Amino acid sequence: MHQIVILGGGTGGTLTANRLRRAYSPDEARIIVVDQDDAHVYQPGLLFVPFGLTHPEDLTRPRGRQLRPGIEYRTAGVDQVATDRREVLLADGSALDYDVLVVATGSVLAPEETEGLTGPGWMERVFTFYTPEGAAGLEGALREFDHGRLVVNVVELPIKCPVAPLEFCFLADWYLRERGVRDDIELTYVTPLDAAFTKPVAARRLGGMLADRDIELVTEFNTGEVDGAGGRLVSYDEREVPFDLAVVIPAHNGAPCIARSPGLGDELGFVPTDEHTLQSTVAPEVFAVGDAASLPISKAGSVTHFEGEVLVENIQRFLAGRPLDASYDGHANCFIETGFHKAMLIDFNYEVEPLPGHFPAGVGLPLMKESHLNHLGKLMFQWIYWHSLLPGRDIPGIHSAMPTAGKKQPVDA
Amino acid sequence: MTVDTIAGTPVDVNEEGFLTDPSQWNEEVAVELARREGIDPLTDRHWEVVRFMRAEYEAKGTGPTVRVLGKTSGVPVKELYQLFPKGPAKLAAKIAGIPKPRGCI
Repeated sequence: MHQIVILGGGTGGTLTANRLRRAYSPDEARIIVVDQDDAHVYQPGLLFVPFGLTHPEDLTRPRGRQLRPGIEYRTAGVDQVATDRREVLLADGSALDYDVLVVATGSVLAPEETEGLTGPGWMERVFTFYTPEGAAGLEGALREFDHGRLVVNVVELPIKCPVAPLEFCFLADWYLRERGVRDDIELTYVTPLDAAFTKPVAARRLGGMLADRDIELVTEFNTGEVDGAGGRLVSYDEREVPFDLAVVIPAHNGAPCIARSPGLGDELGFVPTDEHTLQSTVAPEVFAVGDAASLPISKAGSVTHFEGEVLVENIQRFLAGRPLDASYDGHANCFIETGFHKAMLIDFNYEVEPLPGHFPAGVGLPLMKESHLNHLGKLMFQWIYWHSLLPGRDIPGIHSAMPTAGKKQPVDA
Repeated sequence: MTVDTIAGTPVDVNEEGFLTDPSQWNEEVAVELARREGIDPLTDRHWEVVRFMRAEYEAKGTGPTVRVLGKTSGVPVKELYQLFPKGPAKLAAKIAGIPKPRGCI
């Protein structure tokens, strides 16, 4: 009987475990999921918390309950992985052997890596909405905020859901207009990138949307210090952006247990992984999924979902001694909430940048265009997440490989 | 993609001026690329970073980001910005003749 250990009971770990449980009968494989706590947060929902549209408790469910019967769930910290012995050492001193290990430990925020970020003003006038506590704290601060400078700053990539900070700007613009105080507030988006987004067509479109909303864009700003007491961001090349209220997305690292495991993680604690098979380059029986994997694609739930199908196929092939399927194409798909009950959808992969058109085919949701339909799609996604994505079901009409049928090539953009 | 002649060497470059074939690079090309970016001369400290970028690219297929560069190159982030103003990872990659580090988006 195969023993498959999955580190992490978040999006990647849960959907992988559920897919594997369907692929193997209980006498063919024992599947064990380990996580340090039992709180599974629907992370895309955190964006809405600061605007009072939802609450952290409505986004959180027990991890174990998202797993199919026949999957063992253990709440335990992971000390480290000994890849040479194919063994996971748990914080309580016990150990788990594995035939296949799936690393699904996600990413963690590293605010302490930026000078001053967790110093004076942290959780008072400097917040992040990337944690339930930060998002809830920001809700209170934003409610009171009626004039001055609101600055949204991405410290460094990679971050989870790279469009979320832009969505925050769009929603803040909408929220402040609804409250009638937008004219008294300067809203600024400060990014280390050279444009609003990396890929050219989407960068132009999103940059235009910031300008339309009178949101100032500061580019190539690499935050060296957050001075909460003085109310300013300072870049490494000594530029300054003043603020009265700052929303900062800190740098991200891989999970500390990965960094503690000899040879498993890269410099940031992410697992070096083949971008098409999802097998790690560290050891053949180690696979990585979602944020934990070091791949040149967004750290996002949709990526994790699309990876799941290829990952589970490859775990089966590996255990059967067959060659792996190198078919993951980097497919990612995000609803970008744009305020005023509208959203925009983007769909892309390693090779193809986000393009206008429709998804998943000629008829479908509009791409790169604000629409009420996409906003409804974004809201509906929370239900799909708990009831279809985590159980590891395929969403009808939406596949792992990126569709091209409904997309317009850049000449039309 | 176009062909540019840099320090007498024809090289393929993309629309942002990054070499698309790192094997066409040599030290004279680096010196000229640096000069075009306003870095003149390339000091030993610059070379340390440039050589580190090329080694990382050869080992991993992509250049490091600033944070990784600061953690692994032996040159602190603050100094990287003094050596390669604005965007050290991008600028050092350009001078090192390797592709622009892939943004993780």
